[in-house]
Amino acid sequence: MLNTSTKTLTGGFSFENTRRNAVLEANLSEKGYSAPNARKTGTTIAGLIFKDGVILGADTRATDDMVVADKNCMKIHYIAPKIYCCGAGVAADAEVTTQMMSSNVELHSLSTGRPPLVAMVTRQLKQMLFRYQGHIGSSLIVGGVDINGPQLYSIYPHGSYDKLPFLTMGTVTFSLPPFFEQTQSEQNLEEAKQLVRDAITAGIFCDLGSGSNVDLCVITEKTVDYLRAYDQPVQKGLREGTYRYKPGTTAVLTKTVTPLTLDVVDESVQVMDTE
Amino acid sequence: MNTRGLRSQLKDSVPVTGLCPQAGSYGVQDSLRRGFSSVKNELLPSHPLELSEKNFQLNQDKMNFNTLRNIQGLHAPLKLQMEYRAARQIQRLPFLPSSNLALDTLRGTDDSIGFEDILNDPVLSEIMGDPHIMTEYKLGVL
Repeated sequence: MLNTSTKTLTGGFSFENTRRNAVLEANLSEKGYSAPNARKTGTTIAGLIFKDGVILGADTRATDDMVVADKNCMKIHYIAPKIYCCGAGVAADAEVTTQMMSSNVELHSLSTGRPPLVAMVTRQLKQMLFRYQGHIGSSLIVGGVDINGPQLYSIYPHGSYDKLPFLTMGTVTFSLPPFFEQTQSEQNLEEAKQLVRDAITAGIFCDLGSGSNVDLCVITEKTVDYLRAYDQPVQKGLREGTYRYKPGTTAVLTKTVTPLTLDVVDESVQVMDTE
Repeated sequence: MNTRGLRSQLKDSVPVTGLCPQAGSYGVQDSLRRGFSSVKNELLPSHPLELSEKNFQLNQDKMNFNTLRNIQGLHAPLKLQMEYRAARQIQRLPFLPSSNLALDTLRGTDDSIGFEDILNDPVLSEIMGDPHIMTEYKLGVL
């Protein structure tokens, strides 16, 4: 702090504490403790282009290492009226990245006077993620409908991107594509929703980092349907027994009643000062 | 101005206080103003992104000016840099944060939001430099 006395302040990331943090972590690990980890969304996210638009799907579990931190978090984020983004990886990074991108997209479309393009969102995201060399740990699936039709892009934390008709990301990336390879691009809405739902459910059952509900977001030229908790494949178990006692279980042996007689001793009125 | 001259402004290390001639009044390291330092602390960056972030704007400018020079000729970056220098001089007093509105408009960052607008905004900084010392430093009297 002392050596900033004559420097001009700038915004952005400050690396002042990195050395201190490294020393702290080294000291902690000597004693057997470990520094807290960032909350991740060990996730299943998927996207699919169908006849009229795009469907994005996600599970809703956020984990802190091996503990479920949030049973019902929202992983499908709003970016523009017809563009939504699913985020996997570190939860805070995905959240802040998509919020910043949403503001940027709004500013950009105000200054160009046109509705935003999905390709523009993808380009800004990948340039930002490349600038930070993967230290911002968020993988994103951007899907939306714009003047060029429905589009789907995936962006990895280091800044690479893919444009495909179906995409999966998250901790189950490698087991879901077989589902989607059955897809044909001229599917109708119900079949496509069923397919995405099946894929996310497979992720929920087969991966410890994904769980709870399936969220879907259907984006078409005319409407956007955000179906929160579209499906709940896993129900919490019902309790079979009950620990409550029936009234009358405990027998009453004796009963004594003592009435308290109270006399009015003094009565005074205090006016509240309401001015 | 030669755009290749921008390279001399790039910071390829965090500045060294102890060995530098402008260390303090008596040529020794100024602990009171600059804090403790060690050679390792000063020469090596503490985070892989520290240097690249420090130089990011400068590198972008260098690249853009070079491209502009190759496409349009020397006059284009010269004119733009003249405007940048003029806009950069519009500041408040040394210890107050200035909005840099003209500079932002020239750069085109007035309609985009980045981490420098969200994190560590100088307007919300909890510490402020001592007005007298900062003005003296700016005027070269210190």
